[in-house]
Amino acid sequence: MNVFKTGLGLVVLSAVLAGCSSTATNTDGNTGTPSATETSSSAESSAVDNSSVTTDEPTEVALETTVYFDFDQFTIKSEYRSVLTAHAEALKANPRSVRLEGHADERGTREYNIALGERRANAVRDFLVLQGVDSSLLETVSYGEEKPAVLGRDEQSWSQNRRVEIK
Amino acid sequence: MLFFKRLLIALNLILFSSMSFAQLTIEITRGVDNPTSIAVIPFQGIESLPEDVASIVSADLRRSGQFAPVDRENLLSLPQKEADVFYRDWRILGAEYLVIGGVERVANGYQLRVELYDVLNQRQVFKKFATAGAGDLRSLAHYAADEIYEQITGIRGAFSTKIIYVEVLRNPNDPTKATYRLIHADADGARERELLKSDQPLLSPRWSPDGKQVAYVSFETSRAAIFTQNISTGERRQVTNFKGLNGAPAWSPDGQKLAFVLSKDGNPEIYTMDLNTGNFQRITRHFGIDTEPSFSGDGKGIIFTSNRGGQPQIYQMNLASGRIERLTFYGDYNARASLSPDGETMVMVHRENGIFHIAAQNVKTGDLRVLTETKLDESPSIAPNGAMLLYATQANGKGILAAVSLDAGVKFRLPSKRGDVREPAWSPFFN
Repeated sequence: MNVFKTGLGLVVLSAVLAGCSSTATNTDGNTGTPSATETSSSAESSAVDNSSVTTDEPTEVALETTVYFDFDQFTIKSEYRSVLTAHAEALKANPRSVRLEGHADERGTREYNIALGERRANAVRDFLVLQGVDSSLLETVSYGEEKPAVLGRDEQSWSQNRRVEIK
Repeated sequence: MLFFKRLLIALNLILFSSMSFAQLTIEITRGVDNPTSIAVIPFQGIESLPEDVASIVSADLRRSGQFAPVDRENLLSLPQKEADVFYRDWRILGAEYLVIGGVERVANGYQLRVELYDVLNQRQVFKKFATAGAGDLRSLAHYAADEIYEQITGIRGAFSTKIIYVEVLRNPNDPTKATYRLIHADADGARERELLKSDQPLLSPRWSPDGKQVAYVSFETSRAAIFTQNISTGERRQVTNFKGLNGAPAWSPDGQKLAFVLSKDGNPEIYTMDLNTGNFQRITRHFGIDTEPSFSGDGKGIIFTSNRGGQPQIYQMNLASGRIERLTFYGDYNARASLSPDGETMVMVHRENGIFHIAAQNVKTGDLRVLTETKLDESPSIAPNGAMLLYATQANGKGILAAVSLDAGVKFRLPSKRGDVREPAWSPFFN
């Protein structure tokens, strides 16, 4: 069962990577799906993932704390559901205040990007709340494009800047 | 004497500490096809002057793109008064206009004399005087350039206006750490003065209509908040402190209200606040992103960016009726719009083929024109005379400021000597 799941994960990951490389050439990036449907479907699939995360992954493994997004999108990509579910489990087990910092890449206007960064932070917050995390523990803040993780001016850099950091 | 009084009032508003080297330097990249040739003779005084007034006047006129000042080494003579002017000399040189003048010490400062001559018609066009405090010779030079520009073009000069922008010095080892400075400077980038310094982002500076205050967004409280600051006293006021977004401040034309974006109700919406009473009014109600409000010149409408149609586009709301209409239809990304002083042109950030430019749209016809050829262009801010706009762009991997005329015929850049510069805001007229 574990082997099967790992294999599936790799298939999903490679599919996502393929998707990334195609967005790199098409900077338009209008590849995301509407957020409403994505959020509801993510809730279902991640509910299934819960058991695997809690049972398979030992707690000493540090969780990835950054979630990345497509251009002008704030939909949580499927590849991040398991890690967010793990965060939710950890927060339920050991409640602490968490700051969700939303960011955008440098393209587009600064204030619009701040709004976009907030949408991304809210998407992560909503996901965690759906997993049962107490919403009062979660603070969202958006920096838009003001605090890039990397300074390059290419798709590779931009993709690293469109993110939510869980702090 | 009216102009004289006006100038004194204007100069009194200017607070400057000490002379500093301009952080921004000007590179003119494009002017009009047939600029007016003008000879500006070095201004002399009874003593050596701390500023070369004639060269500041020439630089102002050249930067407008409308004028081609004669190179100083080509000047045939250096007349200091009307009797010294021989029109034939200047006609041979091809100069259409001649400027002479002088600077004298008066109590507490300087008195400037500037005379404009029409070479073709062999006549004096004007002779004007102005005074300024000691150390404020640059203001007198900008005043002279304004008077010359207005006389010849019929458009009020904006060389005496100011700009505010944000300078960012990033930590090379950690791009998320930086020093942010809000800078006040002359329209030519000279006499920069720090208004605020922070280790957290500063953005969206906007001048109050009377030119006395600036509103901006600061993250100093670890979240976005809107502040207003008195430009001469430095006195600050935190206007908003809500959960979520606090952004994109815009002054109403009468200076009594601020429009801005809050997401306190769960979604980015535009609100207005009466600065005297503190009363809030929510303007937009939509689940999409609504941001970047800007008032129309009569204060009766607000234009703003919204992605309610799927992509960011510009919409206009009539504040009395609440009616909303979409204004932009070209391009898949139009944002951060503002209107020219005459209300005839709307400028904005416009994406075409994935590249962000500054574009101007004729408000009546809807015709759109892309003004810039660079990439990642943003934050257009129109001069109070409507002739040019400043915007932020990238050159050689650095953020720089650049300017373009609203007909795209004139262009210049203001590269920064250090750090990235961005978020330019052009002041209103001060009188």
